[in-house]
Amino acid sequence: MGRNSATVGRRLGAAVLVSGALALTGCGTDDNSGLPGALDFTEENLRCGPEGALLASGSSAQANAMEVWVNTYQASCPGGQVTYKATGSGAGVQEFLQGTTAFAGSDSVLSEEEIAESRSVCADGGRAVHLPLVAGPIAVGYHLPGVEDLMLDAPTMARIFDSGITRWNDPAIAALNPHARLPDLPITPFHRSDGSGTTDNFTAYLHAAAPEAWRHAPGKTWRGRGGQSADGSSNLVGMVKRYEGAISYFELSYAHRNGISTARLDTGAGSPVAATVTAASRALSGARPGGGDLALTLDYATHEAGRYPIVLVTYEILCDRGNRPGSLEQVRAFLRYAAGDAGQRALAGIDYAPIPAATIQQVRRRVDALA
Amino acid sequence: MNATTQRHPGGASRRAARLGDRIFAGLAKGSGITLLLTMAAVAVFLTVRATLALREDEGNFLTTFEWRTGGEDPEFGIAVLLFGTAASSLIAMLLAVPVAVGIALFLTHYAPRRLAAPIAWLVDLLAAVPSIVYGLWGALYLVPRLTGCYEWLDGAFGWTGVLSYAGAPARSLMTVGILLAVMILPIVTSVTREVFRQTPRATQEAALALGATRWEVVRMTVLPFGRSGIVSASMLGLGRALGETMAVATVLSPSFLIHASLLDSGGGTFAQNIASQFKEADTAGRDALIASGLVLFLLTLLVNGAARLIIARRREYAGAAL
Repeated sequence: MGRNSATVGRRLGAAVLVSGALALTGCGTDDNSGLPGALDFTEENLRCGPEGALLASGSSAQANAMEVWVNTYQASCPGGQVTYKATGSGAGVQEFLQGTTAFAGSDSVLSEEEIAESRSVCADGGRAVHLPLVAGPIAVGYHLPGVEDLMLDAPTMARIFDSGITRWNDPAIAALNPHARLPDLPITPFHRSDGSGTTDNFTAYLHAAAPEAWRHAPGKTWRGRGGQSADGSSNLVGMVKRYEGAISYFELSYAHRNGISTARLDTGAGSPVAATVTAASRALSGARPGGGDLALTLDYATHEAGRYPIVLVTYEILCDRGNRPGSLEQVRAFLRYAAGDAGQRALAGIDYAPIPAATIQQVRRRVDALA
Repeated sequence: MNATTQRHPGGASRRAARLGDRIFAGLAKGSGITLLLTMAAVAVFLTVRATLALREDEGNFLTTFEWRTGGEDPEFGIAVLLFGTAASSLIAMLLAVPVAVGIALFLTHYAPRRLAAPIAWLVDLLAAVPSIVYGLWGALYLVPRLTGCYEWLDGAFGWTGVLSYAGAPARSLMTVGILLAVMILPIVTSVTREVFRQTPRATQEAALALGATRWEVVRMTVLPFGRSGIVSASMLGLGRALGETMAVATVLSPSFLIHASLLDSGGGTFAQNIASQFKEADTAGRDALIASGLVLFLLTLLVNGAARLIIARRREYAGAAL
């Protein structure tokens, strides 16, 4: 991204301008790619790595988090030049496995073959590991005039997205929303047409929480029946904004920046839970790292109060041993900041959920042990 | 004797000319060989990667209505893409070619010279618009406005099944076809116009001398003479429609289904599918996309070959008409 190569001075200037503007208006920007939130890009206790350039690429779901981290890091460490290209998880992993980048950002964990492949990139018998650094709630946004706080549960949502429920005044939706005035309008569910980690997590949730209603196996490509599709979260948001009766799923930040209503979720916990960073973080604390690696397994079917289970976890993927010596110290310094208190705190301001304490401790240990 | 005296005086310059000839011939031959090598390299690359993908495919590459490349048992097929590519391109041809021929006739035979030049310039300007701009225009302007049009079509021709419309946003193959028609209009028009302009004056004047009206002149001389030109112009347009990527990806609502109705949202084309899936595809996924690219490559070759055949046959006819 061109933005990443801008000079530090301009960045600071922009940051000051943006935070000034935010202080005046008291709300977020409408811009999809703008510098988010009133953030201070100077970090007191950030330990800089050696001078040099660091190149990474991958998931676009964590691009906004990366942008803030890169801005802060570069503002504090004038010698360090970090570039994160939001090429998509697949391309990011490819580039990492070809040895052109220092690490990859990915929405999903590597396959067995890819891990085997990583052994040829990682020297000294190392292999690729997953470091969960960014997580975010996936919101279900809808466009329905006069209905502000729609509530849905997993089976209803599954049937809507599988074209089983086709009108907004369907009894199943009405039963969940007795006080809402639901119009007699066709539902147009929108899904991602490109392969996406967001789809992967959303369908994993539907499959786990409503196995009867959603029989399709979860995956990066959409398997549901009917509906319409569009490329990328920003296009889905555009569709929901444009068409009445539309419903779709995307990262919470997209919903907030475009003023789209998001559905609350009836998880069976007694009170419905809204898509918020706090509720997503609580759901994450129920996740366990599996199989010696730090890849997280979420409990999508949770019934505990205040947990919003549709959460996208994105990882940084790099070698545990045998990273390229030229960039190793730089990677360590950057990730140490990102996984540190300051880096994680910065996430909440831009609609990402910080990784829970127990897991982030492990991530920090891994970062320190990188070789 | 004669030969020796002739060889002597011009010897030096002729040797120089021969060297120049040789260099030029070498360069020309080199360019030709480079082109062949490039084509061969593309074909080999596509074939090798496609073979890898086909070996992994659990479904039938030609008939599976699915594109699932990741995971344990990848299953993907080009049926939907082939249908979508062919259907949208054919709609585009049906809409664009008659209009283009009309514009070309108007510009060459009906319009006053003062009007013809600016119109021709405007048509050429259409060709300079980047395809993403067409895509955005299609998605933001065309799609919402086509809804009413499609409702009318549904009312009048819904019984055919092909033109029934369920009422969702009109991001269908028909919309793509209409957009592609606008996009290929300039190229078809300008090639046809050039061909029509070359209709021999003598033939036209002969027809006029026989008392033919202007329309009869067009029908008897311009159209028969320009027929091969129309075909090759159409094929150029078809080539662009088959390979169009960004505009289709922006307008279409892609899905791996073939709807009976052309107005219902869904479907896909080769180029659009490659553009949409490439970002998140792993190695095997990319191989699968490359396999679909190979089919598009072959399809384009076939279309071009067919066009050449038609033109070759028509050329004799056009020659006879002279």
